[in-house]
This record gives sequence, C-alpha cells and structure tokens, in this order.
Amino acid sequence: MSRGETRAAFLFLSPWLIGFAVFTAWPLIYSAYLSLTDYDVINSPTFVGFDNYAELFADPKVALALSNTLFFTAVQVPLYIAVSLALALLLARAGRASGFFRTVFFLPKMTPPVAVGILFLLLFNGQSGLINTGLGWVGVDGPSWTTDPAWVKPGLIIMSLWTIGSSVLILLAALRGVPEELYEAARLDGAGSWRQFLNVTLPMISPAVFFIVVVNTIAGLQTFDEAYTAFFGAGNTTYGNDAALFYVIYLFQQAFQYLNMGYASAMAWVLFAVIMVITAIQAIVSRRLVHYEGGTSR
Amino acid sequence: MTRASRIVTIGALVLIAVVFVYPFVWLVSASFKPRGEVFDNRLIPQTFTLENYVQVWQEAPLALWLLNTVLVTALAATAVTLSSAMVAWAFAFYRFRGRGALFALVLGSMMLPGAVTMIPTFLIWNALGAVNTLTPMWAHNLFGSAFYIFLLRQFMLSLPRDLFDAARVDGANPWQVFWRIALPLSRPALAVTVVFEVQAVWTDLMRALIYLRDSTIFTVPRGLKALVDNFGFGGEWHWEILITASVITTLPMIVLFFVAQRHIIEGVAAGGLKG
Repeated sequence: MSRGETRAAFLFLSPWLIGFAVFTAWPLIYSAYLSLTDYDVINSPTFVGFDNYAELFADPKVALALSNTLFFTAVQVPLYIAVSLALALLLARAGRASGFFRTVFFLPKMTPPVAVGILFLLLFNGQSGLINTGLGWVGVDGPSWTTDPAWVKPGLIIMSLWTIGSSVLILLAALRGVPEELYEAARLDGAGSWRQFLNVTLPMISPAVFFIVVVNTIAGLQTFDEAYTAFFGAGNTTYGNDAALFYVIYLFQQAFQYLNMGYASAMAWVLFAVIMVITAIQAIVSRRLVHYEGGTSR
Repeated sequence: MTRASRIVTIGALVLIAVVFVYPFVWLVSASFKPRGEVFDNRLIPQTFTLENYVQVWQEAPLALWLLNTVLVTALAATAVTLSSAMVAWAFAFYRFRGRGALFALVLGSMMLPGAVTMIPTFLIWNALGAVNTLTPMWAHNLFGSAFYIFLLRQFMLSLPRDLFDAARVDGANPWQVFWRIALPLSRPALAVTVVFEVQAVWTDLMRALIYLRDSTIFTVPRGLKALVDNFGFGGEWHWEILITASVITTLPMIVLFFVAQRHIIEGVAAGGLKG
C-alpha cells in the first residue's frame, strides 16, 4: 500500500475522524470531568470531587427514576420479544399475504413519538378512551391508565407494543433464513411442530433475538419521548407524574431545566455504567443460548 | 399447511392488523369531529367538520414549523448520506494500518448512550452561539454516523472490486472513483440511509427540546409538544387541536413509508441481521 493510497484513505475518513474527536471523544472526557464539578453554564465549573455521585445515590428521585426505568425495561423487553416473535411466526405462515400484513405492522413505527405520546393519552383515557370502552364491552371496568400511578407504566408498555414493526421485520427475515432441510430432517426424526420450533427455529433465529434484546434494552433504559410528551413539560398541572419519571427524563430536567450540568453528567455516567453492566450480562448469558451458524461467534 | 390452519392464520392476522391500524383511523376520524364528540369513538364522525384544521392553522404557526422541519430534514439527510458514504468507502476499498481498530471504534460508538455526550455537545453549540438556531439539529451529520457507515460499508464490500481497479488504471483519481463509480453503484444503500435519516430527523424530539427556544424556529415534534403544553396541561384539554396537529405531523411519514417502503423494509432487515 503506497503512501498516496493511505493519504487518500484518510481524506475519505476525515469527516468521521473529526466528528469522532469533536462529538464523541471530547464529550466523553468532558462529561466525565463535569460529573466531578458544579456547573450552571453561566459560572465556570467548580471542582467538587465525587460529591455529585454521593448526592445522586442519596437522591430519592434518582432512586424513583431508576426503579421506574428498570421496571419498564424488565417488563417491556420480554413482552416485546414475545409479541414480535408471535407476529413474525404468523407472517411466515401467511404465504403471499405476508407482504400486506408486514406493511400494516410496520406502519405505526413511522409515527413520531410525540404523536404516540398524545395517542397514549387519548386511547388510554380512563373515562372515555378507546381501550376502556373496548374493555367495557367484555365487562371489564378498565383502570385510569393515565392518572393512576399503578397503571401508568403498564399503559406505556402496552402502547410501546404498537411500534413493534421493525423487530417483527428482523425476526421475519431471520425466520426466512432458516434452511428448509433442517425442518425436513427434524420431521424425519419424528419431531412435531412444537419440537421443530424449539430445536430448529429458536436456535437458528437466536442471533436476531439476541440483537433485538440488546437494542431494545438499551432503548428502554433511555426511554424519553412518549412519557415526556404525555406527562412532563411546561405547565403540567393535570397529572401527577412520579410514576412516569424515567431516568433520562430526570436527567434532562436536571441538565436543561435546573442547569445542574455537573449533577446531570454524573447521572449520565451512572446510566452508562448500568447499561454496560446489563449488556455485559446479556452477552455472557447469550454465549450459552445464542447459536451462531458455522460455530463462529461474532 | 392444511386449509383450516391457513384460514386461522389469516384470520388472526386480519384481527391483529385491525388493532394496529385502528389508532390511525381513530385519530383521523376524530380530527374531523367537533370538540364535544372527539371521544365518542364513532368510526364515521356524526358531525363532520373541517373546523379543527382551520383552527390549528390559526392557533399555531404550523406552516412555519413544517418548513423548518423540511429544511432541517433535507440538510441532515444530505449531509449524513454523503459523509457516511465517504467514510464507508475508506473502510470498504482501502487497506491501511489501523483499519480494523478504527472500524471497531465506529461500531463501538454505536453503543454509547446519547445521554453521556448530550451535555458537552450542548456546551459546544452554546459556545458557538448556535443554541436557538436550527444548526444543532443537523450539522453534526456532516461528520457521518456510525450506523450508516456500517450499512454502506457492507453494501460497498459487495461491489465488484475489478471495476474500481480498472477505473484507476484508466487514470481516474481516488475522488473520481468514489464519486463517479462507487457512489452511483451504491444507490440502494444510499436510499436506505436517506429514508432512515429523514424519519429520524422528522420525529426527533429531544434535540429540539434542548436547542429550539423560540416558537418561530420549532420543528413539528417540538411544536406538537408545545401544543400539548398550551392546549393540554395549560388548562382545559383541547383534544381536537392536539389530534389534528398529530395527524398533520404524522402524515408526511406515512407518505414517506409508502413511497420508500421497499428501502425501509430491506434496510430494517439488513441492519438487524448483520448487527
């Protein structure tokens, strides 16, 4: 490889190199530094050591936000996987009609999250929302989803299943990638459809499932848009919103409403640590459960 | 598959499809109802009115918000597509020392939660005096984006290398090989990038909350949130306004989906499988 070649390569790389330095590497370092300071944007940062972290671990709102977020993620991700797998399996059996239904299932994903937040307030309205009207038809007295703290998170989780489309598409593509011979061999061995699902389908699509688990967990831990739209912002006097206080919402408030940039930076690093620990656990567990064709784990 | 199980499958799909589509139908239908009938859950409005659309247009600078969003979206999508393609091309075509490590860094940066870099990034734009302008909504896209670099590199690796070598033998310089040959051949992957970015920017709420202060420079998601604050939390809930504005905000994305459906579906499946 000649010098000129290398120079050309780095010219093509230059946008990313600059961007990485300015918008990733420097923010990472500076954010770590800020987390050890008090900083309100107007006055220069004052170094306070690990005070922010100590304060954060004693802050009941951080504990609340963290437990809300972990609850949301722990319930939402398994549900998300189960529902998207069920839909993908149905689509895989639908033959030529699958194209049409695939479109229908993906469409909600195009809705801006703000509009999803508004839809949540409408559909889950306790008195006259569509959900409770529907529950009324089957004789169930629906809860006050948008105002009862016990039901806010379950409602948001159900709402989030509406935008499940991309997971369904990924799983459907994985299902279609399973070689037909494997099913034939399994049938010759006398495996029924449930055994085929357990012993052929699941192992073969496990990399796609793992991918969705990881991506959705990271997204779930940073959930913001829908809950913020529906419960926070200027002049909210209608709703109590402790039940919807997710971690990134509280971080956002600390940073941009109260201008506690140091405290918010410390919060960000705690979130980063939580995400890394959870992702690492998932990666370790996946070594036993995820099957990579050809025996090479990526 | 037996005929009976086929019918059950299709039946179940139809039922689920209704559940997925109904919120749209409900929303559009409600946008044509007068305020008092919004929650009547009728499919066809009892009283059909265009009043909500007129009122939204008067109460909110929607045209301006739409214009801002179109502008930001166009700039963001163009910038991210060109810059990501350049970087992807370097990784796909050239062999240089440290390539593997740098590419690992690209992939690794995808895992970084946005919350960690959010505050210093704000401070950069603040120092440059760009807060409360549209610039922070798109200008970071000039430097490429990890996911698209990955996507485009995968695609470029599948292109026949001979073509590029031949062009070089014919005297094309590196930029010409990229611009005249690699880029046109990568059109399908570029289309996926454009479409994904258009959707991401059009629906971006958090960045708009951080950077846009005056309602004259709001994008539509930020504007919609302002309407929730003003016509919802601010007092009596004017649902009909929020519903109608939601329809107007969502409609361009639905159109985008039907125009670019193939790219979206291929892109989502490819991103997931290769990730």
